[in-house]
Amino acid sequence: MSVSVEPTSVEPSQNNSAPANAAQALRPHAEDAFAAELAALAAQDDRPRPARWKLSPWAVATYLLGGTLPDGTVITPKYVGPRRIVEVAVTTLATDRALLLLGVPGTAKTWVSEHLAAAVSGDSTLLVQGTAGTPEEAIRYGWNYARLLAHGPSRDALVPSPVMRAMAEGLTARVEELTRIPADVQDTLITILSEKTLPIPELGQEVQAVRGFNLIATANDRDRGVNDLSSALRRRFNTVVLPLPADADTEVDIVSRRVDQIGRSLDLPTAPDGIDEIRRVVTVFRELRDGITADGRTKLKSPSGTLSTAEAISVVTNGLALAAHFGDGVLRPGDIAAGILGAVVRDPAADRVIWQEYLETVVRERDGWKDFYRACREVSA
Amino acid sequence: MSGSQPLLLGVRHHGPGSARAVRAALDAAVPEAVLIEGPPEADALVPLAADQGMRPPVALLAHAVDEPGRSAFWPLAEFSPEWVAIRWALEHDVPARFIDLPATHTLAWRKAEEEAEAEVEEENPSGPSAEHTLRLDPLAVLAETAGYDDPERWWEDVVEHRGAGAPGDGTRDREAALAPFAALEEAMGALRETYGAGGHDRDLVREAHMRLQLRSAQREFGDSVAVVCGAWHVPALRRKSAVTADRALLKGLPKVKADMTWVPWTHRRLSRASGYGAGIDSPGWYGHLFGAPDRPVERWLTKVAGLLREEDRIVSSAHVIEAVRLAGTLAAMRGRPLPGLTETTDAVRAVMCDGSDVPLALVHDRLVVGDVLGEVPDTAPAVPLQRDLTLLQRRLRLKPEALERELELDLRKENDAERSRLLHRLRLLGIGWGEPARSRGSTGTFRETWRLRWEPELSVRVAEAGVWGTTVAAAATARAEADARAARALADVTALAEHCLLAGLRDALPVVMRVLADRAALDADVGHLAQALPALVRSLRYGDVRGTDTTALAEVAAGLAERVFVGLPPACTALDADAAEQMRGHVDAVHGAVGLLAESSAASHGDLRARWRSVLRSLSGRDTVPGVIRGRAVRLLLDEGEVGQDEAARLMGLVLSPGTPPQDAAAWIEGFVGGGGGMLLVHDERLLGLVDAWLTGVPADAFTDVLPLLRRTFAAYEPGVRRTLGELVRRGPGVRGGASAGRTAGIPGFAPEPDTERAEAVLPLVRLLLGLDTDDKDLAGVGT
Repeated sequence: MSVSVEPTSVEPSQNNSAPANAAQALRPHAEDAFAAELAALAAQDDRPRPARWKLSPWAVATYLLGGTLPDGTVITPKYVGPRRIVEVAVTTLATDRALLLLGVPGTAKTWVSEHLAAAVSGDSTLLVQGTAGTPEEAIRYGWNYARLLAHGPSRDALVPSPVMRAMAEGLTARVEELTRIPADVQDTLITILSEKTLPIPELGQEVQAVRGFNLIATANDRDRGVNDLSSALRRRFNTVVLPLPADADTEVDIVSRRVDQIGRSLDLPTAPDGIDEIRRVVTVFRELRDGITADGRTKLKSPSGTLSTAEAISVVTNGLALAAHFGDGVLRPGDIAAGILGAVVRDPAADRVIWQEYLETVVRERDGWKDFYRACREVSA
Repeated sequence: MSGSQPLLLGVRHHGPGSARAVRAALDAAVPEAVLIEGPPEADALVPLAADQGMRPPVALLAHAVDEPGRSAFWPLAEFSPEWVAIRWALEHDVPARFIDLPATHTLAWRKAEEEAEAEVEEENPSGPSAEHTLRLDPLAVLAETAGYDDPERWWEDVVEHRGAGAPGDGTRDREAALAPFAALEEAMGALRETYGAGGHDRDLVREAHMRLQLRSAQREFGDSVAVVCGAWHVPALRRKSAVTADRALLKGLPKVKADMTWVPWTHRRLSRASGYGAGIDSPGWYGHLFGAPDRPVERWLTKVAGLLREEDRIVSSAHVIEAVRLAGTLAAMRGRPLPGLTETTDAVRAVMCDGSDVPLALVHDRLVVGDVLGEVPDTAPAVPLQRDLTLLQRRLRLKPEALERELELDLRKENDAERSRLLHRLRLLGIGWGEPARSRGSTGTFRETWRLRWEPELSVRVAEAGVWGTTVAAAATARAEADARAARALADVTALAEHCLLAGLRDALPVVMRVLADRAALDADVGHLAQALPALVRSLRYGDVRGTDTTALAEVAAGLAERVFVGLPPACTALDADAAEQMRGHVDAVHGAVGLLAESSAASHGDLRARWRSVLRSLSGRDTVPGVIRGRAVRLLLDEGEVGQDEAARLMGLVLSPGTPPQDAAAWIEGFVGGGGGMLLVHDERLLGLVDAWLTGVPADAFTDVLPLLRRTFAAYEPGVRRTLGELVRRGPGVRGGASAGRTAGIPGFAPEPDTERAEAVLPLVRLLLGLDTDDKDLAGVGT
């Protein structure tokens, strides 16, 4: 339960302290980290802006996708992916529909939602983290019980949720992992999204959303045991699915960069010729995930695991650790075989057949994959 | 202004915007004749366009008379400007003529081209429009210059929305209707100045012909003549050029005798996705744009919602409203005056499909491309397929007769082989002229018997099959490919592959094999795979007889076998008695197929047999596998010489020991000695010896426990079989016949060395049977 004593308005002290902290913060907010880019965009943006938007939709899309402004300011790309997706997402926020970002883990859902909120409202902190234990108060409002007991119900005793604040101030609220929130709590969003009001029956009042308010939710569509959205709620959202990397080169690039970063933070020695093995892992993951070989000639069965980029990263990192501590420091097929097997075979019966079929029909015949095939045979046996 | 000039309407082929603009321009100008880009041979066919039975999409088909395979298509959809022009002319009782170079020449060109270079460019089959997309799409260039990625969009924005003024008095109307064409002509003129003929010299010849035709039309009808042609050609037609120069260009063109007709077409073929592509990828959307009286986006999204509802997706009116709003906002953000297909698709995905591409694929398939099938009246001239069939019938001396008769074919003879192929191809096309009958005399793979009977309605079938192609071979290939894609079960595809081999459809085989490989990869039921494998291997052998190239087939068969190997052990667990019996059948079938496959396929799959043995070995050793399959696996291994007699005896002892449940043990024995009511035991002394040896080795006190099991197995045998078995056992091993004397080494059941003297005695007869003396080349593989 929140213990904030402050009413609806934003407390100045908290706001002032943010920039000072930004420099030392382990991970600064998007609007602080990219303040210069946002300012440059705002300065040159002459297109119409929806009410209370810091930028026009076009400028928001440019902020996410990157580009060069007329005055030469370079906007770094925040999201590498299809332009269409970002355009649909930004446009959705400009209408009064809420935005639902779907995708398997590791497709930058949270990252996109944070940057969208930062660019649209200049504030990405109005965040509700969805968990299995998220209470209704986190979405509507809570009470400061000391004040409630002392002075009775009043606006002062009310502790607003991030969503409530966003409504009152016309900002963008964010709900992370929407499908992890219990169904009854999820449904409190229906009134907010359709009526754009939040009634406070205890006071006989309501908070009406100011123009500019909108909500971005993220959800994982491969997760097990989630609380699926009711169709009533689903209808309030425009859904955008963030895809996995479109081509192998992009994915190899993402994996090797991340592996490099993680390796450095774990003080793992860098592998000199790891790129070939990384490419191999990415190829295996992509082929099994897509159910078709890279040359597009053979179809495959897909195993039950997600096989996302994030998992490829962990397989490679694992292999690197193996090679560094127990091998000769060079990433070899044997180092990644066990990791791949673990990632692919989630269901011991069905997935094992799929994996062996893949080994025998695809890997065995492929040029230059003999050593990998042998390593995999060894660990699967 | 155009009083002294013909009205030149430059269009984009299959552009709904163009079509609408053409109609407006014709309505405004009311010319006395309409000239259309297209082969003049089709002039006689124009009136058919007004026929009740004519429904676009249709195509004008030109084909060489003596070679129906050489053909060209001019597809016309409802929203094609050319079609609109034809219909306008017919409605206003004004002559419509085609003015492009006659198909006589274009077909001859292609012939020359093909002879010049072996690989045929996929350029001409769809006539003028395909040429445009493949070379330089002038509108695309203009659109790109204006910053558009879709030429049709640019056209929409520039042509549609420019001329859309309120209807005023006559002259203003006329100018408004013609303004876009004037602007376009100017732009094209600039393009032609830069690019010249766009890298295609033949355009100059075609344009010379068009100019001549235009001139003669002007002589006939005065200047009130409208020309509908690709925008690209407009500047060339406007250009003043000496008649003699144009004539000179047309001199000495090659010629073939060509014939024309209307054929039904489909939206799918209009779309770029299929081989014939006329160069547009959203015919359904274009059709909608052309057909919708107003508010195209709202109507389109309502249509989409209707489709999704039919497929049991919950889509409410609120969804449609939100999708329209999102599409509108997206268009505004992208700086476009109206939402186009991209915007509406994005909106449908985000609002109606929960961001998923799966239902969207349905929308694309059903609506954006669409399932529209054209119709052609019966009065249209015969399709070339009929002509090709007649030619073939004459050449192969197979007369269509209403009386049923039987036909014996010897596939070793060239003529007979070709007849067989023709009949198989017709069967694939659903033209049931011949039905295969069981051969009476011989069962050899090189004999076929057919029952032939030509019924009148088969002519109708031929006409229907004309959609698939212009020759029997091409049509059967196209049909087989389509059937393969539509097939649901794996077995259907293998049957089709067999058909293709029988019909000698070499070109269809890759597609069918591809589909087969895909189906096999995705089919999780080992039973299906195991069923498909023998058929496939059989096809391989047919292929050998008929001299077809079967490498692809062998490749797929090996892949299939590989999948069976992987999937079989897990699939053999937790089976009930019936399923186990069925699976045993599969194991047998696969065993036979693997043997054949290993013999007939290349060296790369040489280890197939070894891998199969290791699968059998793992089957035989698993306790979770039903006894009948385990027993069978041991038996097969024993036959292969992979498991020694001692080892087999040990395994048998293991199974029949007290720890094993009785049913399981009985099943094992059943699997081991094989079905067939015990006849195998009678004839295979080795097996009998094995069972006998094991039985005599059972300790006295355990014997009573085993007895019920054996009784259970042997009681099912015929009394005669049981008696023979008893006698054999009483006589003891090794006493029967001289053949068992040398049974010491080599494969069990066989002598170590072949008895050459006795073997040679048989050779002359074998030679006679196989006809090896006469023609030994065709027979490779028959005896395997």
